[in-house]
Amino acid sequence: MTALTLNGLSSRPAQAWGGVRLVPLVRDEPIEDLRLDARLYEADLGIVELDARTTYSSYIPHGFVATWTGDGTPAAAYGTQLSGAAARDPAPRRMSLRFHRRMARRVDKNRLRFMPLHLALEGYLALHFGGPEIAWEEWSRRAIDHGLSPRVEEAYTGATVRGLADALRVFEILPGQCGVLVYAADALAAAFVVPHPGDYRALHSTLVHDLYGELIHHYAMLSMPVTDFRARIADTSVRSLADLRAQARSQQDAWAAFHDRAMAGGLLEGDYTYQQVHQMGRYRLSRFLPPFERQRENHIGELITDEAGRLAYLKTFRLSENQVRRGHLLTRLAACDWNLPDTAAALGVTESELGLRIAAAGFGSLLRQDVLDRYRAQARR
Amino acid sequence: MIRSSCSHSPVGIRANREAPIETSADLVAAEDVLLFVNAAITSTGQREFHSSAGEQSLSLDFLHRYLLGNYRDLYAATLSLDINDHNAVLIARNLLVTTAEADPAQRHTEGRLIARRLALLPPPRVYRLFRELRRAKVNNRRTRAIMRDWLAARPDLAFDAVKYRSAVKVAARHAHLTLGREAGVGGPERELGTFLFAPNRRAAYATPILEAWRRAHYEQAALYELPYTVAEGFAAKHGVPRAVFLERIAPRLTRLERLRLQESARGLEADSVRADLRAMPLTRLASYVLALSLDDRVRQRAELTEALRAAARRTAGEQAGQWGKVVAVLDDSFSSYGSGHKRRRPLAVALACHFLLAALARDYVPLWSSGRSDALLVHPYGATPLGERILDGLERGPERLVIVSDGWDNAPPGLAGEVLRIWRTRLDPGHGCGIVHLNPVYDAADFDVRRLAPTVPTAGIRDAEDLVALVELAQFAEGRTGIAELRAHLARRVEGFLG
Repeated sequence: MTALTLNGLSSRPAQAWGGVRLVPLVRDEPIEDLRLDARLYEADLGIVELDARTTYSSYIPHGFVATWTGDGTPAAAYGTQLSGAAARDPAPRRMSLRFHRRMARRVDKNRLRFMPLHLALEGYLALHFGGPEIAWEEWSRRAIDHGLSPRVEEAYTGATVRGLADALRVFEILPGQCGVLVYAADALAAAFVVPHPGDYRALHSTLVHDLYGELIHHYAMLSMPVTDFRARIADTSVRSLADLRAQARSQQDAWAAFHDRAMAGGLLEGDYTYQQVHQMGRYRLSRFLPPFERQRENHIGELITDEAGRLAYLKTFRLSENQVRRGHLLTRLAACDWNLPDTAAALGVTESELGLRIAAAGFGSLLRQDVLDRYRAQARR
Repeated sequence: MIRSSCSHSPVGIRANREAPIETSADLVAAEDVLLFVNAAITSTGQREFHSSAGEQSLSLDFLHRYLLGNYRDLYAATLSLDINDHNAVLIARNLLVTTAEADPAQRHTEGRLIARRLALLPPPRVYRLFRELRRAKVNNRRTRAIMRDWLAARPDLAFDAVKYRSAVKVAARHAHLTLGREAGVGGPERELGTFLFAPNRRAAYATPILEAWRRAHYEQAALYELPYTVAEGFAAKHGVPRAVFLERIAPRLTRLERLRLQESARGLEADSVRADLRAMPLTRLASYVLALSLDDRVRQRAELTEALRAAARRTAGEQAGQWGKVVAVLDDSFSSYGSGHKRRRPLAVALACHFLLAALARDYVPLWSSGRSDALLVHPYGATPLGERILDGLERGPERLVIVSDGWDNAPPGLAGEVLRIWRTRLDPGHGCGIVHLNPVYDAADFDVRRLAPTVPTAGIRDAEDLVALVELAQFAEGRTGIAELRAHLARRVEGFLG
């Protein structure tokens, strides 16, 4: 359980457009030996040559479509993956995609593209929640056999988040930029960090194919244009150009400090549970879950860090309030080994109330029908 | 109402509180007109980086209506200024559509202004205007007279009839003209009329170009006597290979066609299509250079630099080397890409200004917003740290600071404004350094070009060629301009324009 830090990255002045604010993250020193998988680039875009002693690793972000397969059919990467030298490596774990004729034509030629979004989110949740581990009698056969799947979570593509496409279009990518924080109506929607500015340039526009929670969609829809944080310099303290320059510089630092503390606080100060997925060379891929506390920001995501704890890759998704409630319920159930009476006691409610809550959260099919009916009858009494 | 959307005037009316105070209505009028002039210089109703074509033309259309409704004579007088062709045509059209609202004296002046302006416009624009007038069913006596006179003044109407065939036909039909006779084209009477309305009736034409057009239908050699745009269609019809066609049509190409075709012709090895870069207008040349790949620019560095310098020297004229110590802050951030419609236009203006200022100044320092120093290799990339660059510029103690930028200062936002404000109020209250901001982009939402600070005059710029006039005008306007002054200024311009 630790907080998330943006090690090695510093935030620069935000660029706002309509209700969307994008805060660029700049790396002083790009990471050269971990790059986006060569197969995701257009063929002519080369990867940096490294000397023989350095091991080269690459990563494939979750849900990227490319022709991994020999026969040229598109497939989507399943979960973010780390791999060794691209040429020798076998094809990544993937799920093949079946498109209608027209769509297939659009994805061909190894174009970067996020896969259909419900698949991506479903993937996230399926990775996190396996369902009951002990077959208490209340759980239905289906829940025990199949866990929570198939789980369908709904999210919105970036294209339907109002103003996001325009904001990304007019955004001016900074030299050395390796990441961005996306805010809608000043609520943090997503964080995205890559190891190298070249990767960022390749992936910047894919943010619009990305998925965003219901909360962000509504905020963006209802938000008035956000105002810029404009620089302000007190004239009384300025006597020379050098003073003016010093003041200008302090404005920059003040903004970065304010942003990291106040605006990104919800993401950075959360208490996350990490689950290490894979280790490759000096890089470690992990997924993290938020504490599922209600009434505050909860982000799930994946990240790659190096041995010094420097953040190489990060991708987050902000859960909506409903999803947080469901996640909260599931974590509590998991904490009590999926035992209903224990969980009810831990939550301070009666067993039937808990049962109804589970049903209301959309997990009704996990409980045996007769058990659920009994809870309902108890509640009516 | 437009007042609420723009807090201060386009040319920086403000500052000087001692000047006699006119009534607020006068000030409003002066601001409105200046606002309109800025819009009419920069906006072409096309897509820009930050706004769509729809937003641009909606916003521009509103300004046109507003000005036409409130200050008709000033609206007409702006035809004498360096506004762009798109707006000149719009003004002419709006005036002709609303002829009934003008009194006889106004009609007389307007008619002369329109006629004079149309004579300066490229013919396709004028023909398009005629077409629009027909579509709008505007066919008053004044309109017909203007069309008649403009067509009569064309140097070679037979050439126009071939090159802009349907447009000439529309004009002739709309203004009830019998073309052959009025235009005095040689050969049998009304040959031109026959050509336009029943081209297949004659077995042969006496006018050479009409005859060439007739023969080009079945004879390949004849198509090389036609204008390029017409010949291109015939070449496709006869299946002439592109390289052969370009090679042989080369002598008939206009200057800009040459420039446009040069790169593709080089790819086809049709080497006779060569544009004389040194003779090109400065901004157009800058656009051409920016359209080349970086490798090409490095390869042709000497030639391109020399051409840009020559064009800049020609534009500077006798002012060359007269400007003292100049620092320019030039915007090559990503937004200077413009849009698919106006590709790299803001950057081209900045590049052209760079070379022009180098020719004008005795001592010149360019500061690109990206920090690059090789002007020939600029490309739109990165954020816009204008504030920092302006500080760099002011540190060099210039006599003039010229900022060429679209005004979207975003790293951090508003720093440029703060630096300029403090510089003016605390560090240089005596105006030791003249600062001007030139903006190539019309901001549709604000009905004006975007400004950096109220204390610094901002002017719209379309072509770098207008830089000298704009800088002088902007500095003059740092004080306070009333409507009387403005009217006098416009009257002088109109007089010069018509006389």
